[in-house]
Amino acid sequence: MKRTGAQIIWEVLAHEGVDVVFGYPGGAIMPAYDALLGYGIHHVLVRHEQGAAHMADGYARASGKVGVAIATSGPGATNLVTGIATAMLDSSPIVCITGQVPSSLIGTDAFQETDITGVTLPITKHNYLVTRVEDIAPAMREAFKVARSGRPGPVLVDITKDAQQASTDFVWDERPVRLPGHRPESRPPRTDLARAVELIDAAERPLILTGHGVIRAGAAEHLMELVKKTGIPVASTLLGLGGFPATHPLSLGMMGMHGEAWVNAAIQEADLLIAAGMRFDDRVTGNLRTYALKAKKIHLEIDPSEINKNVKVDVPLVGDVRETIAALLPQVAQRTRAPWLARIHELKGDSAVRDIQTLPHDGHLYAAHVIHDLWRLTEGNALVVTDVGQHQMWAAQYYKHDRARSLITSGGLGTMGFALPAAIGARFARPDDDIWVIVGDGGFQMTACELSTLAQENKKVNVAIINNGFLGMVRQWQEMFYEGRYSATPLKSPDFVMLAQAHGLDALRVTKREEIPSAVAFARGAAGTCVIDFRVEQEDSVYPMVPAGADLGHMIRRPAARNVLVEDGESEE
Amino acid sequence: MTMSLPTMHTFIAYVDDQPGVLNRVVSLFRRRAYNIESLTVGRTDRDGISRITLVMVADDDQALRIAANLYKLVNVIRVEDITHAASVSRDLALVKVRADAETRAQVLQICEVFRARVVDVGSHALMVEITGTQDKLDGLVDVLRPFGILEMVRTGAIAMTRGAGERELPALIGDDVAA
Repeated sequence: MKRTGAQIIWEVLAHEGVDVVFGYPGGAIMPAYDALLGYGIHHVLVRHEQGAAHMADGYARASGKVGVAIATSGPGATNLVTGIATAMLDSSPIVCITGQVPSSLIGTDAFQETDITGVTLPITKHNYLVTRVEDIAPAMREAFKVARSGRPGPVLVDITKDAQQASTDFVWDERPVRLPGHRPESRPPRTDLARAVELIDAAERPLILTGHGVIRAGAAEHLMELVKKTGIPVASTLLGLGGFPATHPLSLGMMGMHGEAWVNAAIQEADLLIAAGMRFDDRVTGNLRTYALKAKKIHLEIDPSEINKNVKVDVPLVGDVRETIAALLPQVAQRTRAPWLARIHELKGDSAVRDIQTLPHDGHLYAAHVIHDLWRLTEGNALVVTDVGQHQMWAAQYYKHDRARSLITSGGLGTMGFALPAAIGARFARPDDDIWVIVGDGGFQMTACELSTLAQENKKVNVAIINNGFLGMVRQWQEMFYEGRYSATPLKSPDFVMLAQAHGLDALRVTKREEIPSAVAFARGAAGTCVIDFRVEQEDSVYPMVPAGADLGHMIRRPAARNVLVEDGESEE
Repeated sequence: MTMSLPTMHTFIAYVDDQPGVLNRVVSLFRRRAYNIESLTVGRTDRDGISRITLVMVADDDQALRIAANLYKLVNVIRVEDITHAASVSRDLALVKVRADAETRAQVLQICEVFRARVVDVGSHALMVEITGTQDKLDGLVDVLRPFGILEMVRTGAIAMTRGAGERELPALIGDDVAA
C-alpha cells in the first residue's frame, strides 16, 4: 500500500495500540495533522507543548503504557523539553513526535528550525532524526520498544516535513524489532541471588527500600509475598509510594529528606538494606559518607549504570525487579523479626505526638489537615497527582497509598507545573477513577492554561489548590537557612475560583477545616472539573526535614508545642 | 565509597555506523566533565558497525560506570574495558622535523633506531611516520624535539585484546535479541 510519511506516523501509532495523543500543531507537523483526520486516534489539543509532554507522562504512569506527545519544530519542540526531562528523571515511557523543517533546509537556521535531537540528547533515552519516508516506521517502532523496555524513558522522533509528505510502500512488519544495542538484563546470575539470600536470612535488622521500579515492573504483589515470608519492614521512596500498602503493619512510610524520622533512624541502624527499584537519590540518602554505615546492601535494579553510583553495594542484582524477587522468594527463609520491629517502634518515640494531626485545633487551616481529610473522605482510593513543593511532601506524608499507580508526582526533576497536565493525561488512562490534583498556588499557575484543555475535552479532575500565598518550599528554606529573608517568594495570585469559573468549571473556596468535607463531597459529585481553593496557613513548614547534604539521622523536627508562626493577615476572608 | 587510584583506562566499543553516534558517546563524557585522553573511530569488517577505542583516566568504580553508561546507549552494541586484559595498543604519529644537510643523517639514524619510516624529504625537513605504543612515540618525539618539530599529528590509541576472543562480534550481532 502506498502511504505518505504522515499517514505512516498514525499507522504505526495505531499498531502500537495508541488511542490518544497530546499535541499542538504547527508548520512542520501539518502534514501529520492533516493525515490524523483519517485515523481514529483521539488528539487532545493542549495549550502549551510542555503540557503535552506532561500529559503523555501522566498517561504513561497511570496506565503503564507508552504516552505520546506531538509538536511542531522549533518552539513547539523546545517547549516539550521540560516534560521530556521530567519523564527521563522518573523513567516514564513517552514517545514525542516532532515535525522538523524540510531536510533541504536543515542546518540553515530556517524558520522554526531547532536541532531538537541535539537539544534532547542528554534528556532522552534515545532519539531519532528521520529525513526519509522509508525510515519513519522503523524509527517509530524502535522508539516504542526503547521507551517501554528495560528502564523506561522518553524517546523523541524528529521527522522532517518532506519525509511526512513523501510516499512509500507501507506494510506493517509483524516481526519484532531487533535492536542489537538494546538488551536489558532480565534476571541476575544465580550466584548473586545465592549471596543475597544468605545476607537476607542472616540479617537481624533488615529493611526493604522500595522505589518506583517496583511499580514500573509490576512487582508490588511479589514484594508483598517477600515481606510476608521474611517479615522485613518496608520503607519507600517518594515515587515508590503505593508499591507496598501504606496501611500494612510492616509499612514504615517514606524515607529521606521529608521522610519519617523513625524511618531514617531505622535505615541508620539497619544491618541490611534491600533496595528494590530505587537509585539512592540524594533526597533519599542525605550525606553519603554517613549513610547506613552499619548495613550491607543488596540492590535490585534494572539499570546496570545505577549500581555503585551513589552507594556502594555488596550484592548487585541487575535485572527485572519482579523476576528477581520471584527468584528470591522460594529461596529465602520464613521468619519473623520481633526484636527489630520492637526497636523501630521505640524509634518512633514522640513522633505521633509531634504530628500536626494530633495537635489541638487552633482554628487555622493547615495543608496537612486538608490532605489528611481528603485521604479519609476519598477512603484512600483516589489517584493523586501532585505538583512539586511543600504540598507534595504533605501529600506524600498524609495521603496513605495502598495501591500501585495511585500517586503520580514529579520526583527526580521536581517539575513545578507538572500536576494539572499529568492528571489530564492520567484521566485518559483511567476514565473511572477519582482523580485529585494536589497543587500549590505557584505550580498551578505555571500550567493553569491547561484548565482550558480540560474544559474543551469536557473531562473531570478535581483540583485542590493548597494556596498559602508563598512559593512555600523556597520560603521554608529561606526561613530555616537564609535567616528568614523572603526573597521573591511572596506570591500574589488571581482569584482561582473566578479563574476556574471563567473556564466554565465549578469552583469553591475553603478557609476552615469544617468546610473540607462538604467541599470534597461537592467536587466528587460535580459532573465536571471542580477547583477548590484551599486558603491554608501561610508560613507552615514541612517536618521533619533532613537539610540538603546533612546526615540522614539528624532531622529538623516539628516543634512539639506551638508549631507554627502565626503572622498577621493569615486569612483574607 | 572506596576508590582505587585513577589510572589510564582503555575502552573498546562497537557502535552503529550512523550520524550522531559519536556525539552520543562523547556527550556522556562531556556531561560528567571527564577529559578524554584519546579517541579513535573507524569502520570494522562488518557493514554498519564502527569500532571506538577510548582512553581516559578513571578509577575502577568510575570505569565500571562509564562502561555501563556507554552500554546503555542504544547505538552501542558492545563495550569492554580492556585495561586489565592482555592487549596490544598502537598509536600512529606523523612528525615533521627540521633537518637540513647538516642534521639529516642524525635524524635518519634516530628514525632507524625507533623503526620509524621517512615518508617525505624536503630540503629543510623530513616527515616521519611511526607506529607503536604511546610510550614509544613519546620517546621518539623527545629525541627529535631538539632538532625542531615543525608539525605533529597523532591518531590516538587503537587497541585489541590478545588471543582468539571469547565472543566475536559476528556471533553477537547474529544473536536473536528480539524481546
